[in-house]
Amino acid sequence: MTRLVELMPFIVLLPLLAGPVCALLPGRRLPWLLAVAATAGAFIIAATTLAGVMDGTTLRYAFGNWPPPIGIEYRVDAANALVALLITGVATILLPWAAPTVDAEVPERQGVFYALFLIAMAGLLGITLTGDVFNVFVFLEISSLATYGLIAHGRDRRALLAAFRYLIMGTVGATFLLIGIAFLYILTGSLNMVDLAERLPGVSDSRALQVALGFIVVGLAIKLALFPLHHWLPNAYTYAPTLITAFLAATATKVALYVMLRVVFDVFGPAYSFAALPLASALMVLAIAGMFAGSWLAILQENLKRMLAYSSVAQVGYMVLGVSLVSVAGLGAAFLHLFNHGLMKAALFASVGIVAYQAGSVRIQDLQGIGRQMPWTLTAFALAGLSLIGVPPTAGFISKWVLISAALDAGQAWLVVLILITSLMALVYIARVVETAWLRPRPADAPAVNEAAWWLLGPVWLLVAANFYFGLDTRLTLGGATAAAEALAGGALGVGR
Amino acid sequence: MTFLSFFNYWAVIVLMMIGYYCVIVRGNMIKKIIGLGIFQTSVFILFISAGKVIGGSTPVLRDGVEVYSNPLPHVLILTAIVVGIATTALGLALTVRIHEAYGSIDDDAIDAAEAQEPQ
Repeated sequence: MTRLVELMPFIVLLPLLAGPVCALLPGRRLPWLLAVAATAGAFIIAATTLAGVMDGTTLRYAFGNWPPPIGIEYRVDAANALVALLITGVATILLPWAAPTVDAEVPERQGVFYALFLIAMAGLLGITLTGDVFNVFVFLEISSLATYGLIAHGRDRRALLAAFRYLIMGTVGATFLLIGIAFLYILTGSLNMVDLAERLPGVSDSRALQVALGFIVVGLAIKLALFPLHHWLPNAYTYAPTLITAFLAATATKVALYVMLRVVFDVFGPAYSFAALPLASALMVLAIAGMFAGSWLAILQENLKRMLAYSSVAQVGYMVLGVSLVSVAGLGAAFLHLFNHGLMKAALFASVGIVAYQAGSVRIQDLQGIGRQMPWTLTAFALAGLSLIGVPPTAGFISKWVLISAALDAGQAWLVVLILITSLMALVYIARVVETAWLRPRPADAPAVNEAAWWLLGPVWLLVAANFYFGLDTRLTLGGATAAAEALAGGALGVGR
Repeated sequence: MTFLSFFNYWAVIVLMMIGYYCVIVRGNMIKKIIGLGIFQTSVFILFISAGKVIGGSTPVLRDGVEVYSNPLPHVLILTAIVVGIATTALGLALTVRIHEAYGSIDDDAIDAAEAQEPQ
């Protein structure tokens, strides 16, 4: 166990150290190889760490041997180990896949590109593992700054604009978080999460604490694209390079949601959070609005990437809806969907990436009849789409099932109707693409398109297979999500299920 | 006297509102970045001013001094300032690239140019 504790920080350190080296490497293949090696290494350590904390233990590593609460510590339980596994896993599958698309989209200075990717990933992992609220802010800014740079690498000039607007909104969000942290520090003199959780009940009648919670929740809601603070997301996802879109869609908003849960449930404690602010009803209303607005806007889109981006806004709604139930079951549903949605969006954006690479367009109009020319790619899209809609036996079905049963447990049966309606809306926008691609004839003047090579298809099908595998064998996902929910709030809310 | 004893907080609130207003209202990207800088700086002041202990000396060990100000907020904000500079630099770099691509750094003018492009 002691060895696992010493190994665990390397989940962050491997990509963080490999990043600057990557920037110095010449050519195309060397930086890519280093990036693949660093992510794969981090993935293996994350998997062993998750295996070690599934039974409810907590790993604590104090940096520089400064004991917490004075020093910064990494504190890993089932909740962050699961998120770390998702980040490293998605990156490990996507990076080998993405090499040809990066060649096409970022022809020059790929060393810098892969370096930014590694630093963005290290930032996300750092947010996930750390047990110090100021460290969360620093890693959030590290990953955000790298992300703005990566989005600006898109070939379309609108990528620059998307990156700039995301920079403005993202920095406002991060500064809100800093304001909240400042209030916490002024009130308690501590920044360590466990220490804060012990000290905060002593100042729980202070108005400043209420303000701190409000600032932190709003700041993180911007980063997790909770409706109506999602404005940066569609453009950023649409114009970013393919690899970045798939990676961010699968991980970035999830990490922000994880931090929000950690702060609300672990640092402030649900008893305080949901009494001090009308958080449960606010989150529920925004989640439902996001589910409907996101799905509706997705139906209207002409651009496939933008359609999936709006669908992400809707899917964030499902996760937040699970949180707003304020029960261990609801929190488990949020974590389960956090993981499963990462898998399905990675598969969907990756198959769209292949379409963009082979056909040169992601406008739905240009994809008429393309299903017959690229059957493997479009079948992968359709199957991942089934997971998004929530058809059994996919991972998406399990998410929705658990969310619905959590809603019923909480006595909110009317939510089931809303979840089913928005699932039908997902059916509409996925079916529209499938119908265009398979049932319409290819226009005579459309350019000929070839099926992608196996090394592009392989990873995408691996992600699709994962969607079906985790729909049948839920030991890792459901078990991990339940362990995560109990690690976060089991003590405070009582062990449900 | 209560107003004066909360002087640092009033300064922070005024600066914060100026910066935030500038970010939201201004269409010019450089002005947006300036607003963002003011907004961030106001939070830095909030954090740092909390480290002042009334009657406390500079946090350097010396004979005959019992009360020290808290040095930790300064160290934390040093990190945040670095982050702020990186954000400003990246924002300005993007502004330069946007100017090269669109010939303008005004939100409305760019929106007008964008409306004519296909999705």
